[in-house]
Amino acid sequence: MDLETNKATSRTVPPTSLPQAVPRSEPGVTESAVVISQRRTRIKSEAAGVEINFGELWQYRELLYFLTLRDIKVRYKQTLMGVAWVIIQPVLTVLIFTLVFNRFVRLDTGSLPYPLFALSGLVLWFFFANAVTNSTNSLLSNSNLVTKVYFPRLFIPAASIGAGLVDLGVAFLLLIALGVYYGVAVTVNLALVPLFILMMTLLALGVGLLSAAFTVKYRDLRHALPFIIQLWMFASPVIYPASVVPQKWKWLLLINPVAGIVEGFRASLTGRPFDWLHLAVSAAITFTILVISLYVFRRFEHTFADVV
Amino acid sequence: MYAAIKIDNVSKRYRIGGLHPGFMTFREMIGGVVTSPFRNLKSGNGHQTLWALSNVNLEIGQGELVGIIGPNGAGKSTLLKILSRVTKPTTGEVELLGRIGSLLEVGTGFHPDLTGRENIFLSGAILGMRRAEIERKFDEIVAFSELEKFIETSVKWYSSGMYVRLAFSVAAHLEPEILMMDEVLAVGDAAFQQKCLDKMHDIRQQGRTILFVSHDMAAITRLCKRVVLFENGKVICDGGPREVVQHYLSSSLKTGAAREWTNQLEAPGDQVVRLRRVRVRDEAGETAPVIDIRKPFGIELAYEVLQEGHALVPVIEFYNEEGTELFSTHDTNTEWRRKARPRAVYTSTVWIPGNLLAEGSLVGHVSIMSHFPATVLHAYERNAVAFQIVDSPAGDSARGDYIGPMPGVIRPLLNWSTDIVATSGTNYKG
Repeated sequence: MDLETNKATSRTVPPTSLPQAVPRSEPGVTESAVVISQRRTRIKSEAAGVEINFGELWQYRELLYFLTLRDIKVRYKQTLMGVAWVIIQPVLTVLIFTLVFNRFVRLDTGSLPYPLFALSGLVLWFFFANAVTNSTNSLLSNSNLVTKVYFPRLFIPAASIGAGLVDLGVAFLLLIALGVYYGVAVTVNLALVPLFILMMTLLALGVGLLSAAFTVKYRDLRHALPFIIQLWMFASPVIYPASVVPQKWKWLLLINPVAGIVEGFRASLTGRPFDWLHLAVSAAITFTILVISLYVFRRFEHTFADVV
Repeated sequence: MYAAIKIDNVSKRYRIGGLHPGFMTFREMIGGVVTSPFRNLKSGNGHQTLWALSNVNLEIGQGELVGIIGPNGAGKSTLLKILSRVTKPTTGEVELLGRIGSLLEVGTGFHPDLTGRENIFLSGAILGMRRAEIERKFDEIVAFSELEKFIETSVKWYSSGMYVRLAFSVAAHLEPEILMMDEVLAVGDAAFQQKCLDKMHDIRQQGRTILFVSHDMAAITRLCKRVVLFENGKVICDGGPREVVQHYLSSSLKTGAAREWTNQLEAPGDQVVRLRRVRVRDEAGETAPVIDIRKPFGIELAYEVLQEGHALVPVIEFYNEEGTELFSTHDTNTEWRRKARPRAVYTSTVWIPGNLLAEGSLVGHVSIMSHFPATVLHAYERNAVAFQIVDSPAGDSARGDYIGPMPGVIRPLLNWSTDIVATSGTNYKG
């Protein structure tokens, strides 16, 4: 008896709930009690193939913003010097390298003063290194999210890279200040700066997604990563010019997308000519890495909650 | 009514075993490849597999409030994880109609360093709300949580109760068409729990579907019209709350409403007396794992005296789920008090009146003692019987027509009287 009446009320709308239910409804998402939205979700088994649902990424786009915002806010809360760290890290590094490569070892950086040369490389490099490191650890440090709620997991490493972009912005101001100090001329090349930042972001995303996905399964990758990053820096013309690399090792720079991007970034800042071939190769490799890592990430994604 | 959730032959396998349950180290992988390069290619590579769910079929209609019960490891949480898309089924498919909100844990996505305000936006976005939607509901969320004063404070300074209140408020305003909850009501004070139940009631009144996983049999029986029992990854029982809870308590738990020892040597006891059977019974004499709070019930002990000449006293101690001892009772008024007993099989029954104990799961520890010449414990069985007292929303129990949680381990039905003693505005003197 009791059961029957209850079932009946749950199906038909009680008049009291109507006024509050209807105005709350949002266009597109039917919130009303009478018509339940026809949004159908199909949960397929693990055996189903890999697909990237761009519509879903778009639908969750605001989450990327909030996760990025969280990463930025959390980083600077309860810190002694806050944003200053973004400046201090490259400044101190530039000082040390200037001492070593400009005072002890006389490194030829052409017309560019060494501090400016090093900083222009380091600013972009630190962005890349931090972005990759943070996104590698991001899935593990967000395991409470990964195991509790669904959303495109891609956004977790992506958000830590997004937060890195803010740091890059701050460090870039320092670079501009130094450029003004040394009286670097403004050329049309400067217009390409955003392109190199975009390339570096995509490369960081590619490498970061790949290592994030693998780190979930193989935990000790986290310990290997700082070493790999360090090696990568010395394998790239960040603190030395590509011109000092012997001819027989030049191919290494060609296949290293960081080399092409850093050199291009520097060229666009200082008005030197671009090495278009190198840039094209770097872009192609960056794109390839990104595609592979997106595939691998999606492939591993459904297991994250089970193994993280 | 159409299906809001359609679970079609879903199974979920987990790999367990080895030193690390889920992950391996890179060195292990490298080492594994070197020592036995093809091992990983073979199936069943030393891992044990565990089927957290096997061939589950379930259809839940739109607007249903379904309780999900079962022992730990029965697959309840795995099911919710699959439904909320945290993990994928190994085989099978699920179809959901409408927006899904899950509360697998309160405070999903909360960050301790962020303020209450920042966390509302973050958590809301993680749970699937649009920014505009959160902005629109922001004041409502804050008001519901009663944390207006602390909304600009980092949540790490919140008490756990405040934290839960804020977290639940966000989730409660998600307005999903299908809401999944896992024991979230177990937190917060009674007043807030009531608020949550009201909210759940509202959600249900609007024709939304709710899945409610809980170990709280009292809440399950009170709130749900349909209960599904899981055990070892399978649906064991699906039906009305009383029937399913009864099934769960009597067959799924090791201790049920009746316990019998057929082999005398294994029965609790010594050379003087051994237990034969303990059971919870209703007035009609039937074994009753689920007791209506309004009805008296009996605990019946059957035991065999093997050695004559002892004055025996049966004792039963009652404990609730929290392990609190509610009371202890022993035989004081039968003809066998302080009398040496001849060898025989006896039954002793104690009757507990209706409208005395609060709803919930109870266990009885049973012992048989003798006090003369010295105190000797002859037989003792912990958790001899387990049973469930369920309250009724019918209105004639102590809770009346109130549906929320009631504190206390006893729930006597008492008389209240309210009288008008003076007209309003006049001075009232004694």
